[in-house]
This record gives sequence, structure tokens and C-alpha cells, in this order.
Amino acid sequence: MSALLELVGVKAAYGATRVLHGLDFAMQERSITALLGANGAGKTTTLRAICGMVKTEGAIRFGGRDIRGKKTEDVARMGIAHVPDGRGTFLHLTTEENLRLGAYPRKDKANVERDLERMYAHFPRLKERRRQQAGTLSGGEQQMLAVSRALMLAPRLMLLDEPSFGLAPLVVKELFGILRSINAEERVSMLLVEQNAAMALDIADQACVIETGRMVLSGPADKLKKDDAVRRSYLGY
Amino acid sequence: MDALLHQVLAGLATGGIYASLALALVMIYQATHLVNFAQGEMAMFTTYIAWSLIQAGVPYWPAFFLTIGFAFVLGVALEYFVIRPVERAPVLAVVVVFIALLLILNSVTGWIYTYTIKTFPSPFPAQPVFGAYLSSHEAGAIGITLVVLALLYCFFRFTPLGLAMRAAAQNPESSRLVGIRVGWMLALGWGLAAAVGSVAGMMVAPIVYLDPNMMGGVLLYAFAAALVGGIDNPWGAVIGGFVVGVLENVLGAFVIGNELKLSVALVIIIGVLLVRPSGFFGRVHVTRV
Repeated sequence: MSALLELVGVKAAYGATRVLHGLDFAMQERSITALLGANGAGKTTTLRAICGMVKTEGAIRFGGRDIRGKKTEDVARMGIAHVPDGRGTFLHLTTEENLRLGAYPRKDKANVERDLERMYAHFPRLKERRRQQAGTLSGGEQQMLAVSRALMLAPRLMLLDEPSFGLAPLVVKELFGILRSINAEERVSMLLVEQNAAMALDIADQACVIETGRMVLSGPADKLKKDDAVRRSYLGY
Repeated sequence: MDALLHQVLAGLATGGIYASLALALVMIYQATHLVNFAQGEMAMFTTYIAWSLIQAGVPYWPAFFLTIGFAFVLGVALEYFVIRPVERAPVLAVVVVFIALLLILNSVTGWIYTYTIKTFPSPFPAQPVFGAYLSSHEAGAIGITLVVLALLYCFFRFTPLGLAMRAAAQNPESSRLVGIRVGWMLALGWGLAAAVGSVAGMMVAPIVYLDPNMMGGVLLYAFAAALVGGIDNPWGAVIGGFVVGVLENVLGAFVIGNELKLSVALVIIIGVLLVRPSGFFGRVHVTRV
């Protein structure tokens, strides 16, 4: 089976600071793959490279097509939804407007209404706050909004950049539970960047560890979790 | 009392024109955080296009709508060919481009049409309405302004494209992530701003007469209006436009005299900046350092 997403020798830099030094990575369709690593290892940059938000070298293939160098908006239109670092909320728009924007490029307008209701079913809090300015939502609610906004694209692949950041452990647990069930029900593949390795390994099928812009380890999530050496040297718990 | 009422109503009519131009300024400001100094000259230039069409025998209303269409295309083209290349340039460089655009449009119009003042027709009948308080052109200008404002409101509030334009102005990076073509949204914004400006130009030309410098004063009032309302708030700009129009007329007629009317705009600008820099309806910006 060929990979849904494949990165070969990807290099990326911000000005003179090189962050990715020839990263190789692949993930399967319908899986949840966790991308782990310390601060500054290049996790966020990897996601930004996939979305064309940073200049890259190497090859990035999505569903067999080369997407390296494509514009961010065209990558999104191919079915890659990115829940960015910092959530990317449209603070001055209402919750519902944020959700509708997520579906902006879709042509199947009839299904958009149905999906909107589905998001409200997943996250009832968002329904209560549908007419409220998104900037007034709490951190957890904004994270749920960011996840739902990405799902409104009806994506094939979702990139999640630290969805647990700044959330209370209980909220994280709830959010990850919902991600798991969305992955199972809607067959959306997910690439999950996390600092919270234990949590991420719990819901992921596969996991990779990157260190200073290179892949150092990958394998089934439960195997990585049980490996003491891996745990001590890379995951820090 | 009658005289005051007359001045207030006349002020509302010109205020509507200021409101339209102020709104055009705000639309571009929201997306780029820059004030388009050439907004007035763009409106002036398109008003000349309307004049040419009417001279060529096109009836008023077809000429009116053709001009709006032309202004839209002009706005999109200016964004694409003139502004986009300096997108990442420092602010001052972009301001210089705006000023150059102002001077070029002004001179080109003078070169094509000469600086001789021309009359510009009003589509409304000559007899006044509401007794003698309001000329029918003034009443019509208020009506048209309100229609334009209502259409814009509905566009931005209820259509997916309007929503995408608001999103692109607020948060370009997130907009790209949901697949919005941010560059085109900016160009569309310029087109709409130019179209709104052209309506303002065609409504003001019968009052101030058509000449290449006719929008200088109007743009100043529009600046004042936008600042009163808060330059990032479209509603504020509209209210500001009507407030400035009424103040200008009333103060001009009863307090400082017609010759010093334009200074009302300057006093308002300086006063607002001193007392409430973010305007009366604007957002106060707090920057974390």
C-alpha cells in the first residue's frame, strides 16, 4: 500500500536558520500518526512545510501527487486541513462564521449544513456559542472550534499542531477521545504533533520521533510506548 | 430654525457622500492597514468616465452602472498591477505609491479632459422635495448612499464571498489554511472600494462641479469621517460621514462662514486624534511587547 503522505529528504529553513535537514517520513491512509520530539526539533516546521507555508527542498507527495511548492490555499483545496499552532481562530467572526469558513472551498453546499450540525453534535459547547464572537471563547472551546473548522473542509488528511496546548488534562482527554472517534467514523487521516507524548501515543496507530530536523525513530505507537530506551531518551517520561 | 433644518438636511446629503468614500477607505484599511490616499482621485477619474459616457449619448442610468463596473475593474487592476508588487515593501514605500497614484490620476485626468470645470448632470428632477428644505438631488444622493450601504452590508454579512473577504482581511494566514485565495480577496476589496468611491464621485459632482481637483476636499472630509468612527470600523465610518457632513454645513453656515468650512475637517481630525485616537467606535489596539 502506498503512503498517503510521504516526505523525502525535505529541507526547510527560516532565513539562515535551517530547521529540517533532510527529513524522511511516510504515513498511511486512515491512520493517526503521532509526530513527537523536543522543542525546536522541527515538528511545527514539518507541518508548515507540508502546507507550503515555508520554503522547502526535497519531495512532498500527497496521494501520489507532488505538492511541494504549491500555494497554501491550493494544498488546503486538495483536502489537507491544518489546525495550526495557536489555533488560527478568526477572533472577530462568530463561531458559526468560523465553521462556515472551514467549508469555503467545498462545492457540495448541501452537505455543508449537515456537517455543521455534526460538528455541533460533537461539540455541543460550540452550538451554545454559535452567535458569539470566537475571540470570547475559552482556550478549550477555541481548540474545539479549530478542530471542527478543519473538519468542515471534509479533509482527507488533518494536520494537528499541539491540540493539547494550554488545555486542562480533562479537556485534553475529551478532545483526544473525539479525535479518535472522528478518525474511526469519518476515516480522516491525522498527523498529530504533540509535546504530550503519553497522550499522543495513546490514540495514535503509528508514531515517529524527530530530533533536530531528522527522523530518528518510527514504528507502531504501542511498541514505542513500551520501549524503555525510547521512552527515556526521546519521550522523557 | 428653518435655516438650521435646511443646513442639517443638506449636511446629511453631503455626509452620505463622505460616508461612502470613508467606507471605501475603511475597506482597504481593514485589509492592508494602510490609508489609500488615491481613493478620492480614483473616484474623480471614474466620474469623468461617466461624464464621457453621458457626452457620448449614453442615458444617465446605464452610464451610472457602466461606470460602477469600470471602477470595479480599475480597482482590481490597480491592486494587481500597482499594489501587489509592493506588498512586502515597507509602509512608507507603499504610501509613496499611493501618493504617486493620486498625482498620476490627477494629472492624467487633467491631460485628457483639461482642468476646465464642467457641469455634471443629476439624475433627479430639478424641483425640491420636503417643501424647500432639500433639493431633489440631495434627497436622491441620500437615498442612493443608503442603498449602496445596505447592499454592501448584505454582501459582507450574508454571502460566503463576503465572509471570505472579511476573514482574509483579519487573518490572512488562517484564511489560506482554509483555502481562501487571499490575494484575490484583496483585489476584490480594491474593486469594491473603487466602485463605492465612483458612486460618491457621481453624487458629489453635480454639487461641486466636475474638475480634476474636485475630490480633494471630499477626501479630507472622508478622512475625518473615518477617524471619527474609528478607521477600522465600517459602521463608525458611515456614522462619522453623516456627522462630519452635518457639522461642516451647520458650522459653515452659522459659526465660521463658508470660506473656512474645510478647516472643520482638519479640526475634527486633530481633535479626534488628540482625544480619542482610535475613534468613537474603533477598537483600541493594545500591543504586547
